[in-house]
Amino acid sequence: MGMTMTQIILAAHAGLEKVTAGQLIEADLDLVLGNDVTAPVAIHEMEKMKIQKVFDKDKIALVPDHFTPNKDIKSAQHCKIMREFAMDQEITNYFEIGEMGIEHALLPEKGLVVAGDVVIGADSHTCTYGALGAFSTGVGSTDMAAGMATGKAWFKVPSAIKFVLTGKPGKWVSGKDIILHIIGMIGVDGALYKSMEFVGEGITHLSMDDRFTIANMAIEAGAKNGIFPVDDLAIQYMKEHSKKEYKIYEADEDASYDETYVIDLSKLKPTVAFPHLPENTRTIDQVGDIKIDQVVIGSCTNGRLDDLRIAAKVLEGRKVAKGLRVIIFPATQAIYLKAMEEGLLATFIKAGAVVSTPTCGPCLGGHMGILAAGERAVATTNRNFVGRMGHVESEVYLASPAVAAASAVTGKISGPEELGL
Amino acid sequence: MKAFGRVHKYGDNVDTDVIIPARYLNSSDPKELASKCMIDIDKDFVNRVKPGDIIVANKNFGCGSSREHAPIAIKASGISCVIAETFARIFYRNSINIGLPIIECAEAAKEIEAGDEVEIDFDSGVIYNRTKGTKYQGQAFPEFMQKIIKAEGLINYINNQ
Repeated sequence: MGMTMTQIILAAHAGLEKVTAGQLIEADLDLVLGNDVTAPVAIHEMEKMKIQKVFDKDKIALVPDHFTPNKDIKSAQHCKIMREFAMDQEITNYFEIGEMGIEHALLPEKGLVVAGDVVIGADSHTCTYGALGAFSTGVGSTDMAAGMATGKAWFKVPSAIKFVLTGKPGKWVSGKDIILHIIGMIGVDGALYKSMEFVGEGITHLSMDDRFTIANMAIEAGAKNGIFPVDDLAIQYMKEHSKKEYKIYEADEDASYDETYVIDLSKLKPTVAFPHLPENTRTIDQVGDIKIDQVVIGSCTNGRLDDLRIAAKVLEGRKVAKGLRVIIFPATQAIYLKAMEEGLLATFIKAGAVVSTPTCGPCLGGHMGILAAGERAVATTNRNFVGRMGHVESEVYLASPAVAAASAVTGKISGPEELGL
Repeated sequence: MKAFGRVHKYGDNVDTDVIIPARYLNSSDPKELASKCMIDIDKDFVNRVKPGDIIVANKNFGCGSSREHAPIAIKASGISCVIAETFARIFYRNSINIGLPIIECAEAAKEIEAGDEVEIDFDSGVIYNRTKGTKYQGQAFPEFMQKIIKAEGLINYINNQ
């Protein structure tokens, strides 16, 4: 029996001809990532190790993005620990706030991840890079410490679920709607311990930003990773962003999958996940009348240029509903600059939104947009757990940039079609 | 190795945001994290919990963020073991890596109730509910993971190699 795309990449990095689901392996790492929340814990763990130097100063990425610009003294202390470690270990890929971005938008943009890589990151959304045909997965701080010291990590080889995407998505249906639809279908543990492998001609209709969004939320179905085949668009992206050599792996034709789902993208509608789980999805025509207090557009899920362009298209010439707070976060400095040059930021500000420097802040209820008791937000982020964006009695509705922007205008959860778009 | 304690019971999909909300992640001190453990799902947990106590939950325990602060907070609260129908994979790894014993057992997760006194034998994987007199066979760890747990975590395991 053949191997899945994920299994082939893992086998190659473990020096094995063949691996099977359930097998425990040790794989070589191409990149180890941490942020200002998880890296300080990892650095503390590494201090206990006999190995005191990182395995390769070019293969570590440290990104202060969660509570930055430093939100309080304790966060500043954590950032300082990471900064001093980066200086001391001469880490090449440490990004100070002026050159930073939300890690999972930043790393592909900086060309640090390419097809065929094995990447671990002490952040659950590390699975984002599967869009480029890499195996990447979230781990904790101790795994990060061990990875930084040894350049290796242990894995249980996952089995996989295959998602065959067909057809062309409608005008306002994006990567976010596709992944929310899938999570709604299989549940928040529907892919527990497994890979989600996306294939099919429908992929050709998805931009790289759509694919990053889909792979990003694989974790919200419990998956170990989400992965796409490497096509011309992915190759073009890597050529534009990276000098690293990429390697294209393809699943064996006789690879075994636990399940296969065929999804006709042309039939999907804009989709919203209701509190308090990403699996509580409803299509936009089923949401009813839900008034909101805040809109957040951004995050590692939906803060990329395509996302901002879509939001601007909806907000162009319109005004944010009275009394509503609309906060827009370009995911990286480069995206911020490009959005400025394209006039997107002017559109947002004229509409009555605020535009923030890149940060994970509001997505995880850290800072820059915390909700009070009883408040509701529509967010293009990835989680709507209890208390995720603030008070334990607040609510988060997950949606695409198009739906979030349309909701910003109407003050309730709305699709762009409600605005005649 | 054995654990014995009183049970705190939870449902499906207990996520790491309710185990330790992000507003407390500006600290990495285990004691400080423990003082906020489970606050968004069970405010009284920190007052009730006693050393040796056991958490029992249904499916997908620890889903969401990769924050190791979650198992650290649980361990520093004095919890000796978490039993669940299933664990989210990053939480599962993190628990093994920091030496917090966890066991998957669907039957035990379903039948054990809050306040029950439960005993766990990690070598055999047997879970014994002293209150109800019922016994369950939990899933034993593969040998490789047992070695990490015996070394009290991944860092010691690597140091010993």
